[in-house]
Amino acid sequence: MAEAEAQKATATATAHGGTNRRDFLASFPFVTTAWVAFTGALTGVGAASLRFLYPNVLYEPPQQFKVGLPTDFQIGEVSTGFKDRFGVWVVRNEEGFYALITVCTHLGCTPNWLATENKFKCPCHGSGFYTSGINFEGPAPRPLERAAITLADDGQISVDKSQKYLFEKGGWDDPNSFLPFSA
Amino acid sequence: MIELLKTFMNGLFQPSIALTLTIVAVAAMYRYRRIVTQNKLVASLVVASPVLFFAISAFDENFWIQFKRPDNIPIAGMMFLVVFFTWFALKLAVDNDDRIREGRPPKEAEPEEEEKVFVWPDLVYSELLCLLLVSILLVVWSILIPAPLEEPANPQLTPNPSKAPWYFLGLQEILVYFDPWLAGVVIPTFIIIGLMAIPYLDTNPKGNGYYTFEERKSEVFLFQFGFLVLWVFLVFEGTFLRGPNWNFYGPYEYWDAHKLVPLTNVQLSEFIWARWLGIGLPSFWLVREFFGIVLMLGYFVALPVWLASSFLRKYFEQMGMFRYVIFSHLLLWMILIPIKMYLRWTVNLKYFVAIPEFLFNI
Ligand code: FES
Repeated sequence: MAEAEAQKATATATAHGGTNRRDFLASFPFVTTAWVAFTGALTGVGAASLRFLYPNVLYEPPQQFKVGLPTDFQIGEVSTGFKDRFGVWVVRNEEGFYALITVCTHLGCTPNWLATENKFKCPCHGSGFYTSGINFEGPAPRPLERAAITLADDGQISVDKSQKYLFEKGGWDDPNSFLPFSA
Repeated sequence: MIELLKTFMNGLFQPSIALTLTIVAVAAMYRYRRIVTQNKLVASLVVASPVLFFAISAFDENFWIQFKRPDNIPIAGMMFLVVFFTWFALKLAVDNDDRIREGRPPKEAEPEEEEKVFVWPDLVYSELLCLLLVSILLVVWSILIPAPLEEPANPQLTPNPSKAPWYFLGLQEILVYFDPWLAGVVIPTFIIIGLMAIPYLDTNPKGNGYYTFEERKSEVFLFQFGFLVLWVFLVFEGTFLRGPNWNFYGPYEYWDAHKLVPLTNVQLSEFIWARWLGIGLPSFWLVREFFGIVLMLGYFVALPVWLASSFLRKYFEQMGMFRYVIFSHLLLWMILIPIKMYLRWTVNLKYFVAIPEFLFNI
């Protein structure tokens, strides 16, 4: 009875140009293989894409470096010489030194030090910062960040960019964010 | 004489004046649409105005320096195309409005206009022709004016000024006035969502398939305000008026990287507490930003409610609550942009509400 029914169904399916169950089952290994291959390929492409996000060679300037003896700096001077190599400005004011990180707090462009106007000015959307790093014009929402600055054993000034001090978090009060000058 | 004229023009292109003039020009074009489209002299002047502007300005050496940059030439071309097609669409609309007033159907509905053509060969043929012509144009262009290449990227050296691709200059300009998360994320999202929402908000069937202005005045004007003023004008401004250190320069002004522009920002809280009340900033942020918060709540909550019973009553009744809320907020965000720009240009206002404690600034 059931067999007759099944046969009828098969006949109908075939008549309508569809696939009957037996044909479908017969093709099963192929379908499975195809899906497995497809999933495998997709996973492979996905993994390769993820891998691509991580660079093969990573050039990162050293996070910790020495910038010279305290006597090398003149009062009121903003040293732009370390910008290319280390990404900091070392500023010497009356009392001592601090290191500003050369990343605009707006969207991360690199501002320029304009000596004549006495300010850091970002070329992307025009943020301006005082020598202290405080933002006063343009869209930057907060001051430039400062890096840790200490005196190394050999008497040189050492800057550590991995430690950052944020003004709005009260970080500039931290003793490591500022190096008093002592001759 | 010429120098005087250039100084005058540089003054006209100061952002606050230029933006106002653009808004006035767009409004005037729609207000006096009959003259603009039907008076031959006025029409030719309007259509030719970008060409005249660029052609005459090119004699100025400072303008020429910026104009001849391979990046900027297409912008000049775009200005012409935008003006021409805006004018052309307006002309078709005015013609149709006249026909409709006389009781005739719009031109697009005339039987001879309804005539259908075949995809093959009619459409494919003209497409092939366009394809060939545009390819030739692009090839010739790229040979004559090579695309600019800059030096290898250097994270420690940002070109000055640093400009986004031309189609993003409008967004880059908005970034100057708003907090990065607003200008970089929220506002672009609203622009995209807003554009997609248009068919759901504006269900007026008038104007489907034919040009008209009178049957949908505010809708057309609103869209053109967003497009011509807040997009095309800002692209122009970003291309020709923004120079080193992202300062404004007049079109005939030399791009002096040492130009001194005093721009010291003032927060709304500083205006109120320090300048007007003279008591200095309260330390607790909620008290400090109280006025700004009230102002923003008023703008985004009270204002739509009030508008629903006054200027936008028609829309409120048509749209119903849900769609009206979306519509009014998109509208208010759009209008906030020029408001903020004017306030920055005139009184150096930085933020209405500035809570750096939570990185929340408007
Ligand atoms: S990235 Fe410096 S102002 Fe925007």
